[in-house]
Amino acid sequence: MKSLFSSFYAWADERLGLEELVQFAKQKTVPVHSQSFWYYWGGLSLFFFLIQFATGVLLLLYYRPGPDAYDSVRQITYDTNFGWLVRSVHSWAANLMIVAIFVHMFSVFFMKAYRKPREFGWWSGVALLGMAMVFGFSGYLLPMDDLAYFATKVGMEIFSVVPMIGPKLADLVRGGPDVSEYTVHRFFALHVVVLPAVFLPILGFHLWLVQRHGNAVPPSEEAKPEAQRRSESFFPNFMMKDFAMWLVAFNVLSVLAFMFPWDLGPQADPLKPAPLGIHPEWYFMSQFQVLKIFGDLFPGTLGEILGIVVFTAGLLLWFLIPLYDNTQEAGRRARRATYFGLFTLIALIVTTIWAYLVL
Amino acid sequence: MSKVTDKNNPPSTGGVSRQTFLRVAVGSAGVVYAAGLAYPVYRYVASPVEKAAKESAVTEVTLKDAQKLAPGSALMFKFGSKPSLLIHHDDGTWTALTAVCTHLGCTVRYQEDKKRIHCACHGGVYDPKTGANVSGPPPKPLKRYEVKVTDAAVIVSRSQDRA
Repeated sequence: MKSLFSSFYAWADERLGLEELVQFAKQKTVPVHSQSFWYYWGGLSLFFFLIQFATGVLLLLYYRPGPDAYDSVRQITYDTNFGWLVRSVHSWAANLMIVAIFVHMFSVFFMKAYRKPREFGWWSGVALLGMAMVFGFSGYLLPMDDLAYFATKVGMEIFSVVPMIGPKLADLVRGGPDVSEYTVHRFFALHVVVLPAVFLPILGFHLWLVQRHGNAVPPSEEAKPEAQRRSESFFPNFMMKDFAMWLVAFNVLSVLAFMFPWDLGPQADPLKPAPLGIHPEWYFMSQFQVLKIFGDLFPGTLGEILGIVVFTAGLLLWFLIPLYDNTQEAGRRARRATYFGLFTLIALIVTTIWAYLVL
Repeated sequence: MSKVTDKNNPPSTGGVSRQTFLRVAVGSAGVVYAAGLAYPVYRYVASPVEKAAKESAVTEVTLKDAQKLAPGSALMFKFGSKPSLLIHHDDGTWTALTAVCTHLGCTVRYQEDKKRIHCACHGGVYDPKTGANVSGPPPKPLKRYEVKVTDAAVIVSRSQDRA
């Protein structure tokens, strides 16, 4: 049996160069230091994405976009064996994935892991977060219950502040002046075909970069002489710890999905008034609140435009940080970048909590 | 495994070694997780199969007003989830049978002009009264149901010997 396997392995290795991969995995190491905990969060994001992929395919077995959308989700939730669970896992994992990506991003930011040569890792990562949020926004509409309907309706208003072409653009995205079955079809195509087709190659690129450059160490660690730095082998040591974290994540996800099954509201009805306290998903609450604040300060379109401009400018700075804080020395730029990160983190948290308080 | 000797876990003295114990424990936990994952996924994917099985568990179908069917003609109906055929023969007798060809599962039709049941897929032919496979590739006859005709309906039921 063993020899059969080893002769097959030799046959495949000759053609595929498997030994190179094995050697790479054996030599790959992961730094060990006081901040090592944060290394798990990229892997956790990947884990939740894999869950999304699997449960998404399962939901595709029964989901029907278009006028039937609500009814099919109702059938999945109430008539299909464990349909409620599959749907609940998909919704919970979506939220946990965004949490994991945010933690991953901020840990990368504060460890200054975006510096040379890892700029492309930062850029592809921010792009992946942006896409994950569009995944969330488009997926939120698909059940077509009243919350989904009104949240999308409100969310689409964002386009109206784009000067000149905004309203036209919103109509095109919605497939009409209102959220309708056409919108569901468009969001469905976006959610299950377009986004995955763009997301997967960028994710591949992101993961390839991690292999190419290895894990970054925080500046405090970088300052130590080589002899004082510690590391462990990726295979099997770190990988096993990675899987242990995945197991923890799986358990947390299972408990949440079982104990708090995702709700399905009443069917969307454009003639009914919007339910009280309508608001977007938590990861849009900060933007939501910033828009509100600027709207209060500057009534009318001016406030909306200012809010969007501020947010877009912040995002742009965030995106371009590797070009500003680009040296290994602990200088003024490094300090400013850290302050910027702290400000961003605190602003996101404060505006999000604020948004929930004034609902 | 390192060779550290632990006071609480002395090297095995004939019992189960710590390594074996760990291997079995981790392996069993893995099996439990795999089963816990596979079961709901299997039931979820198999949901329509189970529904169809429940539907085909019916033993009787009432076809309202089917007694008005003209002699020499036939109609299609669903027995559970299966397409079925009700034939009113010229001599006034009735036959009901599954309309699923025993060859490769195409739906057969009653040809009124030729007085035979024909499958268009591979030219199988069945006897319209008995369901016997007469010519072509079908390996088995079509299953027959029992037919009861009343003033208001035709009642088709799974015959006792075939249930």
